[in-house]
Amino acid sequence: MQTHYSDLLVIGAGLSGERIAVEAAQAGFGVTVLSIVPARRSHSSAAQGGMQAALGNCAMGKDDCPDVHFLDTVKGSDWGADQEVARMFVDTAPIEMRRLAYWGVPWNRVVPGKSFYFKGGEKFEKVEPEDRAGLITARSFGGTAKWRTCYTSDGTGHAVMCTMDNRCAQLGIDVRDRCEAIALIHDGQTCFGAIVRSLRSGELSAYLARATAVCTGGFGRIYKATTNAVICDGAGHIIALDTGAVPVGNPEAIQFHPTGIVPTDILVTEGCRGDGGTLLDVNQDRFMQIYEPEKAELASRDVVSRRMTEHMRKGLGVKSAYGDHLWLDIRHLGDKHISTKLREVDEICKYFLGIDARTQLIPVRPTQHYTMSGIRTDKDGAAYGLTGLFSAGEAACWDMHGFNRLGGNSLAETVVAGGIIGAKIAEFLGGHEVKFDTTLVRQAGAQAEERIKAIVSGTNGHEDVYKVRGALQEALMDGCFVFRNGPDLEKCIDTLHEVYERSGRVGLRSNGLGANPELAVALKIRGMVKLGLCIAYGALARTESRGSHTREDYPERNDRDWLTRTLAYWPDGAEKPVLKYEPSSPVYELPPGDRGYGGGKIIPADPASLTLIKKEVKG
Amino acid sequence: MARLLKLNVFRYNPQDPKSVPHLQTYVLDETDNMTMFIALNRVREEQDPGLQFDFCCRAGICGSCAMVINGRPSLACHTKTKDLPDEITLLPLPVFKLIGDLSVDTGVWFRAMYDKVESWIHTRKEFDPKALEERMDNAVAEQIYELERCIECGCCVAACGTARLRDDFMGAAALNRVARFVVDPRDTRTDKEYFEIIGNDTGIFGCMGLLACEDVCPKDLPLQNQLGYLRRKMGITALKSLFSRK
Repeated sequence: MQTHYSDLLVIGAGLSGERIAVEAAQAGFGVTVLSIVPARRSHSSAAQGGMQAALGNCAMGKDDCPDVHFLDTVKGSDWGADQEVARMFVDTAPIEMRRLAYWGVPWNRVVPGKSFYFKGGEKFEKVEPEDRAGLITARSFGGTAKWRTCYTSDGTGHAVMCTMDNRCAQLGIDVRDRCEAIALIHDGQTCFGAIVRSLRSGELSAYLARATAVCTGGFGRIYKATTNAVICDGAGHIIALDTGAVPVGNPEAIQFHPTGIVPTDILVTEGCRGDGGTLLDVNQDRFMQIYEPEKAELASRDVVSRRMTEHMRKGLGVKSAYGDHLWLDIRHLGDKHISTKLREVDEICKYFLGIDARTQLIPVRPTQHYTMSGIRTDKDGAAYGLTGLFSAGEAACWDMHGFNRLGGNSLAETVVAGGIIGAKIAEFLGGHEVKFDTTLVRQAGAQAEERIKAIVSGTNGHEDVYKVRGALQEALMDGCFVFRNGPDLEKCIDTLHEVYERSGRVGLRSNGLGANPELAVALKIRGMVKLGLCIAYGALARTESRGSHTREDYPERNDRDWLTRTLAYWPDGAEKPVLKYEPSSPVYELPPGDRGYGGGKIIPADPASLTLIKKEVKG
Repeated sequence: MARLLKLNVFRYNPQDPKSVPHLQTYVLDETDNMTMFIALNRVREEQDPGLQFDFCCRAGICGSCAMVINGRPSLACHTKTKDLPDEITLLPLPVFKLIGDLSVDTGVWFRAMYDKVESWIHTRKEFDPKALEERMDNAVAEQIYELERCIECGCCVAACGTARLRDDFMGAAALNRVARFVVDPRDTRTDKEYFEIIGNDTGIFGCMGLLACEDVCPKDLPLQNQLGYLRRKMGITALKSLFSRK
């Protein structure tokens, strides 16, 4: 087995992974970045909308500041966020946007003078200030008080990803694609790197490092309907959970996006609604204003997803061969707007639906979109449970999103967290030495080899891995989707235990040679079912509704009992996760209150139980 | 009534000593709104679990799934089966190294390209975290973004006459990358410096002007214009340096 060494091993070359790599390399450390796809194909590149940062340059962002961004983020999280982390994030975001501009991101800029925008289908006028001409501008996004989302046309993630990967090339960082980490090397205390399977040859190697960062994105692909890329299958979470020492934070906190197209579940950006797109039902009537008079289509995405589902349950959805859906209408935005500002949306409609959004309605439905859940870390990005293991971006539960992430906050998190955590890792590397135990490394390699051999030869059985995966995805759609309740969750857990048992009997039907795709799924399937079980158990235990976690049988947000974060561990050999809890936030700059949208009752917390910090908060 | 599609797919696994290159036929019933993403995944899950191909975003954004579909390099996720005849032949992209079946190694090719064209902003300025960002005209930002839209799928390279003839030709994707930095006021490189990179037969003067690159680009990048623009610019740079030597 080949062995590679670097100071820092980054698993995942999306925005957060590469941002960490850049920070550590700039500090003089040797960095290896592994990715299962060429870096620029990472799912970061698919984020169309933009990055939230309170620059306050554009007319509709006037008087914006990190404090207002902080309020939006914490309210959006339904008070599930770690407020120290949220504060760090909002304060750093504007600087990071400027840094990206310096590195080469072609942000859209303020164009002074009169222009028009749409809100709720109506046309309004705004005047961009002369003195801000040429500074980074912003657009509107769901759930924010100000226009704060920095963007490059309709391809922000793509443009920033290009710039970040260029920066890696400039610094000579070793970025290797088609490499998949299948196990972490650790002794229960310290992480020493990973065992990695080549997706070119199928060979295994050991990548040793003094620090390892898991930045592998979300795990939406454990659901049947998801906007996520096919690579977002939780591979990073699985290897962390498999250690038995590292918990997944808030597994039940999964976000659904209101506008996945039917049938392929490709996301059309929230920018559509931000720019004035409306949602229509089977009668082609608007309905969001009935439920949310104030924000209507611009309410936060969990609220919009829920209201859409509620409306469809009333029989007002459009029937189709793929189930019920609603319509997204952007016809009134006009040809110029659609072909420039919403070009990607235009292309999606043309290429994947064969319709013209200028004249036709877009079929949409809520679909899994984002995992607020992730590898639980402290505010420095250090994973709970193992020294030398870090995580950032969607893969992590850092946790600035709590139970609901705002549009544009996740893409911003990738680079902002990457920068902050990259600097912390550099600091850590400055003072952390390890001794590599070759026995441990060889054991980890031999274990991986044995696992592969058993799957290829069918020693454990001949379950079809794709069928097992299908069963997992269906179970989660039935039990752990937009609405949840006790009986359905219990049924879901029973089903998932059967699926878990089957996942242990997977055997290949193909020969497993080279970069065999069946083997790649088979190596992950057991971990994917574990993640599903973590969601279901976490959701069943949390007897309240908070953010995207909606219990029909417990509609109140219960701050008295549930102002907590779930920590799901999977001890070695256990049959189900062990759930522990910690306070949502070590301090409360913004005490729990009403979000101002979404409705619902709140059972208040005992004020004496919260550590409040006093700070002048504007807005 | 639903059509039965006949897929002829190139199969070869270089890691399997018993494997020989051949076309394998799969028959599949067509469903509504079927794309090649749906079709190929069904083949893998229902008929041939070892079949290698690459998809990632399946939404035309990431560039993973380029292959030759009935003779034309295209993104498979973009391709709707209803636009194709009953018989569909799928081959891996030429020029790039084969990994197996329909999967080719674009990653290594493009990373080498970044180094060749020095695909980053060249500036002597330092970043000041306390300062406002430098101003830029929005029209310029949009012009840069227009060229930044390349998703590195490799279609333009696979369709390029010159790239098929010589391995060292940079291809439209690399030349477009250079054009992206030429229009960016933050990059201080001069025409002469760009000439060092692309002012030869492996660069802009190797292009035979067949322009298949633009024909097959799934992002409709203005490659024809960019190649013309660079050729003229580099031609002028060459002439200038001739005269300045006198």
